[in-house]
Amino acid sequence: MLFMLKHRMIAFFIIVIAALVGYFVYASQTSMPFKLGLDLAGGTELVYTADVSKIQASEVSDSMTALRDTIERRVNIFGVSEPMVETETAGIFGSASTQNRLIVELPGVTDIDAAKAAIGATPVLEFYLIKTKDYTAITAKNLNATDTETAIEKIRIPTGITGSMLSKAALAFDPTTGAPIVSLQFNSTGAQKFADLTKNNIGDIAAIYLDGQPLELPTIREAITNGQAQITGGFTLDQAKDLVRNLNYGALPVPITVLSEQTIGPTLGQATVNAGILSGIIAFIVIAAFLIIWYRLPGFLAVVALAAYTCLNLALYKIIPVTLTAAGIAGFILSIGMAVDANILIFERMKEELRKGRGIMDAVHEGFSRAWPSIRDSNTSSIITGVILYYFSSTSVIKGFALVFIIGVLVSMFTAITASRFFLFAVSPKKQGRLSLFLMKNGFTN
Amino acid sequence: MFIIRHKIIFYTFSAILVIGSIVAMLVWGLNSSIDFKGGSLLEVSYSNGRPSQSIVIAAITPLNLSASVIPSETNEYDIRTVTLSDAQKNSLISVLSALEPSSTSTMPIKIGSTTAMATVSSPGMQVTGFNTIGPTLGAEAAWKSIVAVILVILAIVLFIAWAFRKVSEPVSSWKYGIVAIIDLVHNIMIPLGVFAVLGHFYGYEVDTLFVTSLLVVLGFSVHDTIVVFDRIRENLRVMPGSKPFSEIVGTSINQTFVRSINTSLVVLFALAVLYFVGGAPTQHFALALIIGIAAGTYASICLGSPLLVTLEKWQKGKENKKK
Repeated sequence: MLFMLKHRMIAFFIIVIAALVGYFVYASQTSMPFKLGLDLAGGTELVYTADVSKIQASEVSDSMTALRDTIERRVNIFGVSEPMVETETAGIFGSASTQNRLIVELPGVTDIDAAKAAIGATPVLEFYLIKTKDYTAITAKNLNATDTETAIEKIRIPTGITGSMLSKAALAFDPTTGAPIVSLQFNSTGAQKFADLTKNNIGDIAAIYLDGQPLELPTIREAITNGQAQITGGFTLDQAKDLVRNLNYGALPVPITVLSEQTIGPTLGQATVNAGILSGIIAFIVIAAFLIIWYRLPGFLAVVALAAYTCLNLALYKIIPVTLTAAGIAGFILSIGMAVDANILIFERMKEELRKGRGIMDAVHEGFSRAWPSIRDSNTSSIITGVILYYFSSTSVIKGFALVFIIGVLVSMFTAITASRFFLFAVSPKKQGRLSLFLMKNGFTN
Repeated sequence: MFIIRHKIIFYTFSAILVIGSIVAMLVWGLNSSIDFKGGSLLEVSYSNGRPSQSIVIAAITPLNLSASVIPSETNEYDIRTVTLSDAQKNSLISVLSALEPSSTSTMPIKIGSTTAMATVSSPGMQVTGFNTIGPTLGAEAAWKSIVAVILVILAIVLFIAWAFRKVSEPVSSWKYGIVAIIDLVHNIMIPLGVFAVLGHFYGYEVDTLFVTSLLVVLGFSVHDTIVVFDRIRENLRVMPGSKPFSEIVGTSINQTFVRSINTSLVVLFALAVLYFVGGAPTQHFALALIIGIAAGTYASICLGSPLLVTLEKWQKGKENKKK
């Protein structure tokens, strides 16, 4: 009796947990929606290859990071919600040459030309003059950051000095305080203009803007005629390093060319999502009907386990998070069918054991333990496939599918085996009556 | 036992399908998508009903893009071209949108007894999707696909040979592996052949998603094979020596074919729903899976295990000759 009570409690516990997880999936739709891939949400994906042939091997990874940061900044200016900029090293298997790639995903952006222009454009490094009295007048108002910026933009005076006049920026340290400083070296045109600017405006601010964003607002302390300047902004070492990098790499750190581009309109995606949800529901109902008709009581329990499987999977997609694509949704529907495979193997085995004349409890035990080796071996081969698929996928769409596939196999190991086992032991009839035997057997032939 | 006794019939059936598939692939080839050969795909939709295909073809021929125009959905066209530059793409779009310019017109509509003027605006031609893939990326994807398929086959076969390592009598474990290879190749040859036929007659394309379906077929179809092999492994332990191998295999098939069919059936249910309800992007994917998994179930029951018996007979024959 104790045995059954324990299993009933655990079974009940599993159902409650699954129901709570299901509720979480449903309730978090606004705060934590499913992450939809570009093919479903609509948007643009651009894949660039970076030409690193002129860069020393040891500096490739640094310059790729710089490239990503630069592009990320530009994409953000473009006003995209949740853009994704990633670097990737890809090589044709077995060949020595690798390619450094940059993948830019812009959800919701369908104007691919504008996006490409924004990404590929040479960034603008500009110097502006800001009169200190104007500046203090603005800061005195205690506006928020955005308003301050707009206000400053109104009073800044163009100087005509741009990044094209800068020959070099370097990291240096203040000899007395040891604080990091950024030293600038102008070319001759720049040096002349900078000399004029600093001579006439001591005490004012020579503001440095990159891509339209204020980078630093250093105060002019003295006339600078040698074309060298220092920014002593009182920043940390990392900030100074970033600034040097941004100034040196005013242009993109590495030249890039488009390898592939893709735009998907949003209407197509919504239709696919709806069709995916509908087919998921129908597939579940069809499979549930088959399981209950063929496998009776155990079949019904497998349906409960399958419901738990669905809830757990959907929750994992949100938590990990898995980017769902059309292929990913197809993978999930496929996995609903594959998740009950273990159940079928176990139930068929149970029937065999019952036929041999074992008691119901015994048959359930044997069903699980004897079906286990083939379930283990089958799932291992699925996982092998999933992992190879994941590593050899050439697109993010396929990667998403592979991830869904692997998660499905792992979760089904829990729901179809562990959870089903507790369910079965919790409700299996003790007495071997005609009804109880009918409930536990399956198929056309008893 | 029926299957073991008549195994030649089942071998022949599989052989015909596989040879037919190979012939279809050799004669017509596979219709490779831009995923593998590089190129551009522009999807446009005409809101007022699309112009006829010949008009579209006539309009874009002067651009010299070696374009193919295929209707899709109810009012869309898929236009495949060589890899387009931005300028080429823009001129293609402007030519296509000239076929249905956006317009605003007023027309009278009747609401009850009053007649009002309503503004009807048409957005004209719209680009619903654009995808361009450079030739290097395409070649890389094709190469990766081939490597992935071969790796999956090798990995599964090695795994099976390892999983059945304790079974050595009367057929050694690596022979289970060899049979698994034959099964797996059989299971992907058939969808490949069907897609060669569909590609030739209906323009079905082979893309990265299709390769994914082949890999899933490999990973899944081996499940049924494992179930039968596992039963053979068990029966060899329970019924040692006394019975001929062919009888043990026959009994194992009889004991397991219902579950082999049922496990495939639930997956096929899910795939059929996906095919009919799931929408265009994954329809061909579902079809390839349905064909491959159906072939796999057939192979696990009617091809794989009988082959073990055949291998055992060959082995015996050799041993007898030696004696």
